[in-house]
Amino acid sequence: MTLADQLPVLLIAISILASLLILATGWYDRRFCYPIALITILSQFLASIVILLQVLDGGTIRYYLGNWSPPLGIELVIDSFNGFILVAILLLAAATIIYARRSVEKEITPEKIVSFYVLFQLLVTGLVGMTITGDLFNLYVFLEISSIAAYTLIASSRRSHSYVAGFNYLILGSIAAGFILLGIGNLYVTTGTLNMAELAAMLPASYHLATVHSAFLFLIIGFSIKVAFFPLHLWLPDAYTESPSAVTVLISTVMAKVSVYALFRILFTVFTTAYIIDSFPVTGFILLMATVAIIAGAVLAIAQEDLKRMLAYSSISQIGYIMFALGVTNEIALEGGILHILGHAVMKGCLFMVAGVIIYRMGTSRLSDMKGLSKTMPISCAAFALAGASMIGIPPTIGFMSKYYLVLGAFEAGLWPYAVVLLIGSLLAAIYIWRFIEIAYFGDPHGGHGGDHHGHATEREAPLSMLAPMVGLALLCLIFGIFVEVLMQAVAPAALLLLGGA
Amino acid sequence: MIESFFELFLSRYNYWMAIILMLIGLYALIAKQNLVKKIIGLNIFQTAIYLFYISFAEVRGGTAPIYTAEGVHALYVNPLPHVLILTAIVVGVSVTAVALSLIVRIYEEYGVLDEDELMQAVRGR
Repeated sequence: MTLADQLPVLLIAISILASLLILATGWYDRRFCYPIALITILSQFLASIVILLQVLDGGTIRYYLGNWSPPLGIELVIDSFNGFILVAILLLAAATIIYARRSVEKEITPEKIVSFYVLFQLLVTGLVGMTITGDLFNLYVFLEISSIAAYTLIASSRRSHSYVAGFNYLILGSIAAGFILLGIGNLYVTTGTLNMAELAAMLPASYHLATVHSAFLFLIIGFSIKVAFFPLHLWLPDAYTESPSAVTVLISTVMAKVSVYALFRILFTVFTTAYIIDSFPVTGFILLMATVAIIAGAVLAIAQEDLKRMLAYSSISQIGYIMFALGVTNEIALEGGILHILGHAVMKGCLFMVAGVIIYRMGTSRLSDMKGLSKTMPISCAAFALAGASMIGIPPTIGFMSKYYLVLGAFEAGLWPYAVVLLIGSLLAAIYIWRFIEIAYFGDPHGGHGGDHHGHATEREAPLSMLAPMVGLALLCLIFGIFVEVLMQAVAPAALLLLGGA
Repeated sequence: MIESFFELFLSRYNYWMAIILMLIGLYALIAKQNLVKKIIGLNIFQTAIYLFYISFAEVRGGTAPIYTAEGVHALYVNPLPHVLILTAIVVGVSVTAVALSLIVRIYEEYGVLDEDELMQAVRGR
């Protein structure tokens, strides 16, 4: 047993230990918290890359916790799909933690900083655990760890409205978790196991049972609330808008993507395509709702006056794109969907970081206060423009590549009216991204209000530790788009795996 | 028709009770205006799920799952759902604690516990 064999469990164990260590050292001196969190998340990121390379090289890794083999024990399973997701979320978590230090100093009261980093680390723990576990109930426990951390983090802002946003998310999130727990219970009644691989093997014999149908519905509704799939998105705009900037970046990228991953995992690994297409045809309905989500999210985004709220509604629209891949259910579309999980995380992370930088320097996120911003914060605005171009889907960005695969997939399935919706969604995205660009680049900073901005002296470029991850993510939008072939080496086997091929 | 329905209810009454409790909880969660009552609804909702798990684990005449050395095949109750629900209860208590502390903060900040009044207070700021 070498260290490399133990990496999957270390990913979770070190993360939990680090959160305790942050708490303990935080009592002694608050300044120790940040370096511990930084080192932990960076080493987790490196470990995840090693694991992904191992998986691409030698196939699926199955790690038996405490050497108890399933069905008695719990196993951690890392295949090409969740290995890819793992690297993606830890990349974003690493960028967020670098970005967080200055942002947190400004937006969170000093006595809360220790608990902020503890909860941040716990949130990452829960999300990593959700990604690599191979046991359904374990998934629920990690989901609740991450959810409780997220409710508290959202409410940690200095703005009092954040308490209400956190409370509303708690109510909806708990209903979702309850539904997921009921779904898991129904599956356990039917099969007597909680291991995902075993469930997938035993369920086909009971595909006709009402118990399985209700389990499926409970699970899919529960996770749809968690990913904020269109009619169930009501918690999202407030939660994204009111939470501190660093938290918004983390939950809009890492947490949203892990929930999407869990939904894919349940639908394709536990229930397999045979169930969702033949026994309980649900993909057509998901496709329909996804197109509604794409259009409605984008239209609502255009109507917003607040930059963070606009980006939050844009997230609802982009979740629609990922669910679109789920609805089409062929290989090319799924490749596009998985690529969009990474792509959307990178570009939305960058956009929310820009919004956070603007709040850091100007104390506002109202679009009308940002006239002529490109003169005082040129790098931030350029990063926004690049990530925004990716959001619209302008080649050669990653956003273009994922939407290209989605459209190809839709054509292959003969769903060309739906492909048109994807293009309309891109057009609407162009409108809301352009609103910011127009205000920032062509707005007159002294016009309109007659020079009532007294804070102009403080409006300069953000500190380096916030700028670096932001520019890095913006460049990644471009680099991933150009070198998409490298990503496809991981994405293509992942899509095949979801469809049941090896 | 009615008799068969009645029999269906009686033979599975534990599940029906769980469903009824769950709906009561969901109703309170969605329809009640008072934030604390919402949390009570959430607890009823969660308890219904616990009851569902515990009742499907029940084996009539079963004993505790203790290993008997003489090789006697005792009829025992599946312990796994109980263990799962112990975990879920811990989770439920933590969620309740977070929710109540958020309510305390909301009350300190706005001085109201009623949802409609709270929304007005939020918009007023």
